[in-house]
Parts: sequence; C-alpha cells; structure tokens
Amino acid sequence: MNSPLATLNKILTCSFVDGPGNRLVLFFQGCNLACSACHNPYTIGICDHCGDCVPACDPGALTLQSNKVIFNPALCDQCDACLTICPISASPMTTQFSVDDILALIRIHKPFLGGITVSGGEATMQADFVKDLFTAIKSAPDLSDLTCFIDSNGMLDIAGWQNLLPVTDGVMLDIKAFAMDLQKELTGHDTSAAQNIARVLLKAGKLYEIRYLLIPGKTDNTAELDQLVAFIQSLGLDTKVRLNAFQHHGVRGLALDQDIMPKEGVDAVVELLADAGIHNVTTPAIYQ
Amino acid sequence: MPEITEKLRKITNDPTLSPAQKAHYLAVEAENMLPYPELDADVQEALDDRIICDMFEGHAPYKPRYVLPDYSIVLKNGSDYLELPVPQNLDEAINTLMIAYHHVPSVTGMPVYLGDLDNLLLPFCDGVSDDALRQKIRLFWRYLDRTLPDAFMHANIGPSDNRVARAILEIDAELGQVAPNLTFLYDPDTSTEDILRLATDNILKCSKPHIANHPVHKATFDDRGYGIVSCYNALPVAGGSSTLTRINLKAVAELSDSESHFLNEVLPRYMDMNFRLTETRISYLFDQSGFFDSFLVSEKWIDRDRFTAMYGIYAMAEAVNILQDKAALEGRYGFDDKANDLGLRISKMLSEAVEARPLKNAWQGRAMLHSQAGLSDDIEATPGIRIPYGTEPDPVSHVQALAPQHQYYPSGVSEILTIDETVKNNPEALYQLCKGALASGFREFTANVSSNDLVRVTGYMIRLSDVQKFNDQKGSRTNTTGLGAEAADLMGILDRKPRVVGHELSPGYT
Ligand code: SF4
Ligand code: SF4
Repeated sequence: MNSPLATLNKILTCSFVDGPGNRLVLFFQGCNLACSACHNPYTIGICDHCGDCVPACDPGALTLQSNKVIFNPALCDQCDACLTICPISASPMTTQFSVDDILALIRIHKPFLGGITVSGGEATMQADFVKDLFTAIKSAPDLSDLTCFIDSNGMLDIAGWQNLLPVTDGVMLDIKAFAMDLQKELTGHDTSAAQNIARVLLKAGKLYEIRYLLIPGKTDNTAELDQLVAFIQSLGLDTKVRLNAFQHHGVRGLALDQDIMPKEGVDAVVELLADAGIHNVTTPAIYQ
Repeated sequence: MPEITEKLRKITNDPTLSPAQKAHYLAVEAENMLPYPELDADVQEALDDRIICDMFEGHAPYKPRYVLPDYSIVLKNGSDYLELPVPQNLDEAINTLMIAYHHVPSVTGMPVYLGDLDNLLLPFCDGVSDDALRQKIRLFWRYLDRTLPDAFMHANIGPSDNRVARAILEIDAELGQVAPNLTFLYDPDTSTEDILRLATDNILKCSKPHIANHPVHKATFDDRGYGIVSCYNALPVAGGSSTLTRINLKAVAELSDSESHFLNEVLPRYMDMNFRLTETRISYLFDQSGFFDSFLVSEKWIDRDRFTAMYGIYAMAEAVNILQDKAALEGRYGFDDKANDLGLRISKMLSEAVEARPLKNAWQGRAMLHSQAGLSDDIEATPGIRIPYGTEPDPVSHVQALAPQHQYYPSGVSEILTIDETVKNNPEALYQLCKGALASGFREFTANVSSNDLVRVTGYMIRLSDVQKFNDQKGSRTNTTGLGAEAADLMGILDRKPRVVGHELSPGYT
C-alpha cells in the first residue's frame, strides 16, 4: 500500500480510557487548537527543525543532521528538557509509522484488544493515514473484529468526516465551551463547529461520547452548564457524557495558576445533569 | 525454657487475639518444641540459611499442607464416622458440607478447599427457586466467613454456566467478604462469555474471583480432576499436597559465578537438598504421623496416593538480575527479552529436574513445580516468577513477559495483575485482559483493582479497613488480616501504588 506515514508522539498498547474495552492508542503529533489547559501540550506543534532543543539535550539524543533534528531513542533519558524549550509546543521525539508498522503492532497485542483509538494531538489532521489504517483493519480477516475509534476536537470539516465515517466505529468528541469569548480564551479558536459535527456523528450512529473538561470558574459556570444541558438534551438524553476534571498533571504555563477541579464540583455537575434527565455520565476514576 | 515460656505467655495474654487464634498459635509453638525430623548436615545448614525453606510448616508434619477432599463422596454416601445420612435436599446438602469442612485439616488448621460447589450442589437444586437458592447461598457464605475466617479457604465454580455458579457470584459480590476465596474455572469451549463477564465484573467490585485456565489445568491432571486452593495452587482432588518447600533463587544466584555455574552446579546442589528436605517431611507424614488412618481415607474422601509435593521457587526476578549483573548485562527481568529468556532457561531446567526425580509417596511419583508467593517476612525477594513490586509494566506487557513461563509450573503460578482504577468505568477492558491473558497461556488470571477495599495479598484477601483497625490494636476476626498487616508494614503495600505483595502466610506468632 502506498500510504502516507503517520507522525506519532506515542503509542499506548493498553488503555482503559480511550473507548470501550482495552485499546491500543495512537497519539498523533500536531493539533489545530492550542488549548491552554492541554494535558499533553507537547503534542500540539509540528517540529520545524529549528534546532533549539538540540543543545538542551544533555545525553546527546538529539543531533542536527543536514538541517534536520534526528532523535536517537537509545540515548534519551526522558528528561523532557527538549519539550520545555521548544517554542512551538512540538516534540523532536516523534516517530513515523506506516500502516503496515501499525498493523504488525496490533497483531502482537490482538488477544487483549477490543479495538484501536486514534488520539493526539488531533488525529484527523492526518486523516488520510487514519482512513488507510482503518480500512486495512476492516479488511484484514484476523483484525476485522476490532473497533476503530477517533478521539477528536471536531475541527475537521463535514466532508472530512464523511470520508472517515464509513470505516470508523465511534467518535469521542470534545466540546470545549459554549460562549464564544470563552472558546477563544481556552483554545485560541472558534470551536462551535464541533457542536454541528456532533449532530452529524449522531445521525451516522457514530457518536460514542461527548467529552467536556470542567475548569473551575470557566466551563463550570451556570451559563456554560445550562448550555451544556441544552446541547446534550438536543442530542438525546441517553448520550454518553464524560466529564473530565482539570488537574495540573501535564499542563504548562499560566494554566498552572488555574485552580484544579475538585471531586465535589464534578459531583455537583453530575447532579445537575441528572436533574435534566442526562444519566449516562462518567466521571474521572482518580483525582490528584 | 524461659524464652518459650515467655512467648507462650505473650500469646496467651495478647489482647488482639481471640481464644481460638491463641489456641492455634499455642499449638504451633508446642509442635515446634519437638525436635525436627532428622536432616543431614548439608540440608540443615541450607535450611538454617533459608536458601531452602519449609514454609515453617512445623517440626512434626501430622497433616498434609493442603487437603482437597472429594466432597461428592459424602454427598452421595453420607458418612458413617460422622453419623451423617445421605442428604436429600439442598438444605441437607449444604448442612453436610458445613459439617464436613470442620473435619478437613490443612497447614492453617482450617480447610483450604470447599469443593467445586456448583457441581456439588446443582443436583439438589431441582424445584428450588432462584430467590430461595440465593438466600441459602447467602447464609452459607455468611457462615463460612464467620466460622472459618481464613481467606486461604477456597471455593471453585465453573466451567459450565449454571444457576448455582451465578448465584454464588452474585452473593459473593453482594457480601464483599474476605472468606471464602473463589475461583471460576474458565473453558472457552464450555463456559459462556456471559458468565465470564459476570466473573470479571465481580473482580471490579471485590477483586474476586480469580479465573483459572481450565483447559491447561485439565491437561495437567487426571480424570478425577483438580481443585484450585489457597494461593493459586492447582492440586489433585481427593488428595492435595503433603508439603510445600521452596528454593530462594536469589540466594542461589548470589552463590554462583555465572549462569552456567548457577544452572549446572549450584542450583542442582540446592535442588537436591530441597528434595531431601521434602522427602524427610513426607516420610514423617506418611510413616509416623498416622494421618492416613483417618476416616477421610477409609471413607474415600481422600486417597493416600493422590498427594503431591509442591516444589516451590521464588525470587526469580532477583536471581535473573543478579546473573545479568555478573555477565555485565543491563537488561532487567520483566522488561528485557534477554533477561526474560534467562528466566525461561532457569524455569525449564527446574521443570526438567523435578520431572526427572522420582519421589516416594507422591502423586504420580513426582513433585510438582510451583511459583511460590512468599511469606510475610520475605524481604527484597519477589514472589515466584513475578516482576518486582511497583515496577511492573502495564498489564498487557506484564502478561506478555511472563506467559511463556507458565507452562513450567503445573501446580500453579502466584501472579497478580495490578489494574488501575480507570478500568472501573470500562468493565469490558478487564474482560478482554482476562481473555487475552488466558489465551496467552496464563494458568490463572488474578487482578487487583487499586481502590477496592478488598485486595489480595497473594492468594488471600484482606480488607484494607481491617488492616487499619488491626494496626490500631483492635485485633481482627479474620486470621489473614494479621498476615496482611505484617506484610503491609514490612513491604509498605498500603502506600505503594495499586499494590499487592506476595506473602503466602506467616505461620507462627511474631
Ligand atoms: S522540537 Fe521544537 S525546538 Fe526542537 S527542533 Fe523541533 S521545533 Fe525546534
Ligand atoms: S527528553 Fe530525551 S531527547 Fe528530549 S532533551 Fe531529554 S534526553 Fe534529550
């Protein structure tokens, strides 16, 4: 197959939180939003080989060869100095994979898997690869019982989704915020298109879960929650909703001054949703 | 004997022990005032140095370590000795079992095997409604936990999907008791996916049952079958195991210069000594103790030819890492293919040596190799073939690293997968892990979900809240809490990440 290669930040071969069952998860490098509260901000940018991180790497895992930063995993001691220094929230520690590489990896872990999930970053920015990969899984007799899920911010346009959905089993969709100024503050963009995408996915029977990150004083105010309730009600009371709680783990910069979301706050939102008839709600298993 | 008198006095007056627990510890001390069966000087020295170990089973083996009666006999025939008529209905059958258990000894003095309960009780269930069945099981379970409070005590269910097995799973999750421990025997050809799902959902609620790989065990034993008891031990039914001895592979590796020195000289020497220790203990049990004159034998609950000897090993991880160090290799056990291969070579050698050595008074004339969980005073020695505490990779990598080992340990592998709490929102994931582990050759799937109050400390369960209470000097009703508390203090299990340590038991009073 003459497919594009995927640029991946990380692969997890065992995850319980990225869709139904145990899943292999591909974290794509690169995102089209820039959320201040991102829990893995180093997946946002795409490396432009500026070379700034090379001298920061003490063990010499990074070298500049013909204007390209080359990463040698054998020397890396995971100090993350390169991630901290990178001016564009990229990572030099990405790896390129072909569809066949990923299929081989899936086969090793197959007995334990319910399916695979593409996440990120924003996986749909590499939609051609995702489509090729999902198509290959669906057409391989030994893999076709695996489900293929996408974890997305919903910024891909409708035509892009129509292209992916025939080989996709489910989508976990982020809804960031409702008020326009809050959307811009949190993500740097207008993300209201995601609400429309939710309806497209619902119609196609592929909306697995709506995800909503609770950030104290931002996304948990009455106006936002009222809109969340109305939005979920418009999708249907059985819609699966996952509430995430903002924590400091992984975040950077100003977001560290932001209060974390306590369990009591999450529980109050669960109650509010329940009063509105929204009952299919999951909450974090662990708080910091 | 002022020292022993003082210890006996301390036991007698210990405010944290019940009178029954005191009586047990006093009996252990009394047995150990007898001289040990005679050992040659080499074996004695290796035992004193704890390079080989008798699990502190006692100086005068007057009962087998584990007894697995064939309870179908007493349900079919009643018992002359116990003056029990043949049970005619479910109440009488359960009552017969409740009486029978009190006559089955083990190393702890309590029964370790309660039988394949669903198969035993099903014939008595015609005309019993589901509600009535659940209520009877509920009372039965309450009785077991309150009168035989030892979490080594083990019930088996499966492989078929049947109403008794379902009622047991339901009640076990509802009550969340420490005792009895429970194993579901899973066979992809016989069990339904549905009942496996019920079982794995139960693990999320109470860390029980564990799931045995029935096809693998079945092929290991004969037509009379096997049972799972205590700490992942698979043993012949209508028999059991006379004794469990074990070799500290770490200590053996420390005495070796290299892998070949270890495999060809030092380990064979200590294996031979451990065999001699085993023979000495078995010979006392069979030739001197009079145990086999019991009605258990004459009424055919057990058969003296069906007792194996468990041949245990532990601290594989440390042994491999020490030998890797001696070869100037960096790879660590559980993470590095070369280190894992060395572990496999060691297991293969152990298995061949156990197979090659005839053993008198042992089932099929051989001992059975066992990956042993540990004692609560093992320090810096990882149970069996496990990956060291707190360093385990994710559960899938964990299974993949160790699965090839399982073929070498026919009497069982003590292994616990620690699963983080996020799985509670996703029960399907646990189900898939379980199926994957068994399909990969794991003999047992045992999982601990980190936030459960009920957690495994090896094969037995403790309640974290009980440990807290015990440490507050209030004592505990269940015998295993003391062991768990000791393990928790020594190994720091409660402040570790989702953690379970492996210590099978601490046999005496400390
Ligand atoms: S990772 Fe960032 S700092 Fe390093 S070369 Fe790429 S863009 Fe520059
Ligand atoms: S994380 Fe690895 S590549 Fe990055 S600076 Fe540290 S050692 Fe170098």
